[in-house]
Amino acid sequence: MSGALPVMAPALPEIFLAVAAMAVLMLGVFGKGEEHPRLFFYMGAILLVLAGGLAYLVTLKGGVAAHAFDGLFVQDGFARFMKLMVLGASAFTLAMARAWFEREKLARFEYPVLVMFAALGMCVMISANDLMALYMGLELQSLSLYVIAAYHRDNARSTEAGLKYFMLGALASGLLLFGMSLVYGYAGATGFEQIAKVLGHGHAPVGVQIGMAFILAGLAFKVAAAPFHMWTPDVYEGAPTPVTAFFAIAPKIAAFALIIRVLTGPFGDMLPQWQPILVLISILSMTIGAFGALGQTNIKRLMAYSSIGHAGYALVGLAVGNQEGVTGVLVYLAIYLAMNMGAFAVILAMRVKGRAVEGIDDLAGLARTNPLMALAMALFMFSMAGIPPLAGFFGKLYVFLAAVHAGLYTLAILGVLTSAVAAFYYLRIVKVMYFDEPVEALDKAIGRTMSVVLTVSTIVVAFFFLVPMPVLRLSEAAAKTLFPH
Amino acid sequence: MNNWPLLSLVTFLPLAGAAFIMFVRGDDKVVAANARHVALLTSLGTFLLSLGIWIKFDPTTPDFQLVEKANWLPQLNITYHMGVDGISMLFVILSTFLTPICILQSFGSIEKRVKEYMVAFLVLETMMVGMFCALDFVLFYFFFEGVLIPMFLIIGIWGGPRRVYAAFKFFLYTLAGSVLMLVAMLAMSWHAGTFDIPTLMGIPFPVSMQYWLWLAFFASFAVKVPMWPFHTWLPDAHVEAPTGGSVILAGVLLKMGAYGFIRFSVPMLPEATEYFTPLIYTLSIVAIIYTSLVALAQEDMKKLIAYSSVAHMGFVTIGIFAMTPQAVEGAIFQMLSHGVVSGALFLCVGVVYDRMHTREISRYGGLVHRMPRYALVFMVFMLAAVGLPGTSGFVGEFLVLLGAFRANTWVALLASTGVVLGAAYMLLLYRRVVFGKLVREDLKNILDLNMREIVVFAPLIAVVLWMGIYPSSYLNVMHVSVDNLILNHQTSLGKIPVQAPAQAAPEAAPPAAPAAPEASGAPAAPASAAEPQALTPAQPAAEGAQQPPTPAPEATTPVAAPPGGDSVPQAKQE
Repeated sequence: MSGALPVMAPALPEIFLAVAAMAVLMLGVFGKGEEHPRLFFYMGAILLVLAGGLAYLVTLKGGVAAHAFDGLFVQDGFARFMKLMVLGASAFTLAMARAWFEREKLARFEYPVLVMFAALGMCVMISANDLMALYMGLELQSLSLYVIAAYHRDNARSTEAGLKYFMLGALASGLLLFGMSLVYGYAGATGFEQIAKVLGHGHAPVGVQIGMAFILAGLAFKVAAAPFHMWTPDVYEGAPTPVTAFFAIAPKIAAFALIIRVLTGPFGDMLPQWQPILVLISILSMTIGAFGALGQTNIKRLMAYSSIGHAGYALVGLAVGNQEGVTGVLVYLAIYLAMNMGAFAVILAMRVKGRAVEGIDDLAGLARTNPLMALAMALFMFSMAGIPPLAGFFGKLYVFLAAVHAGLYTLAILGVLTSAVAAFYYLRIVKVMYFDEPVEALDKAIGRTMSVVLTVSTIVVAFFFLVPMPVLRLSEAAAKTLFPH
Repeated sequence: MNNWPLLSLVTFLPLAGAAFIMFVRGDDKVVAANARHVALLTSLGTFLLSLGIWIKFDPTTPDFQLVEKANWLPQLNITYHMGVDGISMLFVILSTFLTPICILQSFGSIEKRVKEYMVAFLVLETMMVGMFCALDFVLFYFFFEGVLIPMFLIIGIWGGPRRVYAAFKFFLYTLAGSVLMLVAMLAMSWHAGTFDIPTLMGIPFPVSMQYWLWLAFFASFAVKVPMWPFHTWLPDAHVEAPTGGSVILAGVLLKMGAYGFIRFSVPMLPEATEYFTPLIYTLSIVAIIYTSLVALAQEDMKKLIAYSSVAHMGFVTIGIFAMTPQAVEGAIFQMLSHGVVSGALFLCVGVVYDRMHTREISRYGGLVHRMPRYALVFMVFMLAAVGLPGTSGFVGEFLVLLGAFRANTWVALLASTGVVLGAAYMLLLYRRVVFGKLVREDLKNILDLNMREIVVFAPLIAVVLWMGIYPSSYLNVMHVSVDNLILNHQTSLGKIPVQAPAQAAPEAAPPAAPAAPEASGAPAAPASAAEPQALTPAQPAAEGAQQPPTPAPEATTPVAAPPGGDSVPQAKQE
């Protein structure tokens, strides 16, 4: 046992999370899970936070990069940064979900367990250093997500969302597996370092190129980038709102971590091959995200298109393919996390006389009925549109700066123009809240958890410009570990 | 007091006031009253503080003054860098001067959501002042775009019936132009390795790159100025905005575009500036003539003044790109004057609008019988807008035309038609609103200006007359900076040689000599424009070569010192 521990030490947070999730599951099944679901939500959130703390400490001790399980698994500065974001986002969305589910009489102990397993899958994805580990993490995450998308099982929309997500997700996994097998066939290895070594000598075989394209397609599906975005609006709309909030943040960040690691690691020397693909995906995502959202009336659908657009902006940084670009992506994701967390806190708090609503029109006159919430939401919207002085501006600044430095002017210009188009629908929400007369006031009481999340994310978004350094420094340090030379 | 970060204080004091107002709680009436008073006091305090900038300002140097520098985003080399020179300093004062007036004006007209209105205005002031002080690209963009949020809310919440449309149009037009500027800024900073504006001014950009960069800046500034044909957002925004919003919009926000041209396009992209000057001339002349004609046909008072703003800003852009000292100083002066005058005209409209709730010209007439004081005030600003000598409008237009005449006679000729047209529509407006018989029943009980309104107008009238009668107070401040701007521009275009160090004189002397004869051969400039004699270097060397070269025994100063003496141009200073 004492000999096995150091080997597994870098994976301590994952092991902890796995054991904890199973223990919570047992407790739920054999204990009184049905009677006290609230307890399980809190337990899940706290355990996720603890896992995040472990992830922070483990890397601090391990130095630059620590491997486990014969190099299948790597824990480095990049993994730490991403895990902190993913686990934090999971914990917060879980905590926010409780009140909503309780009001809808949907609170069951399975939900926290599933979220914990999904988070475990994401952590494995982030730390994957081998195609096998990548796939394991991805599937664990995806299967948990399919289930929670259909979590409201008596609701046709929710089950439809779950089924749709499952079908398309399975297709994407198929593409991914096919690509992986091609890469394995031509490169003769599944480990990231070995693949990188093989591809490092001269030209990549065409089979690897095709395989890489398939892997990219599969991963683009997971981050909801166009043209693999079709599922997003339907799933976001159909899934229960707390699930949507969860989907929009944590899995997206984890999938981005995966794409970044795969493209800079094993395929790092194939930049000329994958850069055009990413440029195309990025342009399509930004455009579809901007134009698709214009006509939406459901705020969850709108957020779906918004998240497609944001994926496009983050991919701008990745398309650059150097350390500066990746830093930009990480900054963008961190800011995206704060903005979306806040926006979804508002969306989760949207109820009229106790009934949850999700139309944009339901926000009408919010500035009168609940000025603080309206102000927070307006800040999130302006921030998502990338208007200074709010945080979103800095995210965009970073990725576009990287794009300009790399000479990707087309991408930068199209990016800023689509962001001007996208500004229209973000403004529309502000307009509904501030310029329109209230029809039916939203309920005032939003719960303590929600208030805390809302306050924290508002402060982050509004005052990011005062102390931008911590986030920037962390992102830079994280990106550096991927580009050691 | 000496080491105080004066610019930051002026910039962020309004924000502190806004934060304070946000936390005012209690009964609606009390909150509204408190918000009003705190906002007024804050903005007055800011204004007094900003006068400190003027007092401490040293007009003998073209360098940036009161500079503050701190790290902001060190990895990207982005700094918090603030400072003013002769060009930007007066705009800071203009912003801080107009804000308390707008706030005081709103006491009588804004009744709903007073607290939010005051917060929006104070935030707006922070953004405006910060923009004029910013000496870092990102910091500039930060404030430049930050203006949009409060203005969007001001138009959208407190505006007229079509306020939503107008607010969106305003926001999206400006944003679409600005984002291209952002890309250009990023590209320039990549080329130069810095975001620092003073440094960037000294960096030559490849000419092929300049054209694109210039167009990107143009996209942003032409919308903001606004130049024809990008002006269509302006009438909508002006008509729908509440009075205070219109005043700031016309008074300060329009100046941002022109300021951008002076600050970025001209000094940083000289070749492209010269290349595109005909385009600017054309658009400006179309703006002057066409929008003046459009203004003649307006039935809505605010719309008429809005169109007149486009025409007046046409003079400004001509002046900036004529690139002679008189023209540029005239342009800046015209911007300041227009800021005060058009702002005041919107306030005049606001006065009758608050009473009658209509801006239609035909609904008025004969106001002089009931409102003599109003008629007098309106007349002063109307005449200033027309450009009557003795008012601020005259000096700006005259200097611009004078300077433009040296650069391009046709442009000056066509532009001067705008003066005539301007007189036509303004006088027509005045006659229809103020003179004639008082026939309408509901006008018979209209009240003259009250005390608060007189307090609002008094400083504006004082400034308009001061600027008209003794413009030197303002021109002296900008003089050295403008000379330096033009000198640098000409130097980088190769029209005059780069100032050589004293030791390397022998080679530098022959091409430098032609500068001197121009000075003596120049037609005697009218007295009001006597200071900008430094235009000597502006003449192409070829022209001077045909003149008998005056002996230049002291070749150590290749560029002959203008009569002004103290303003020896410092080409390589930056």
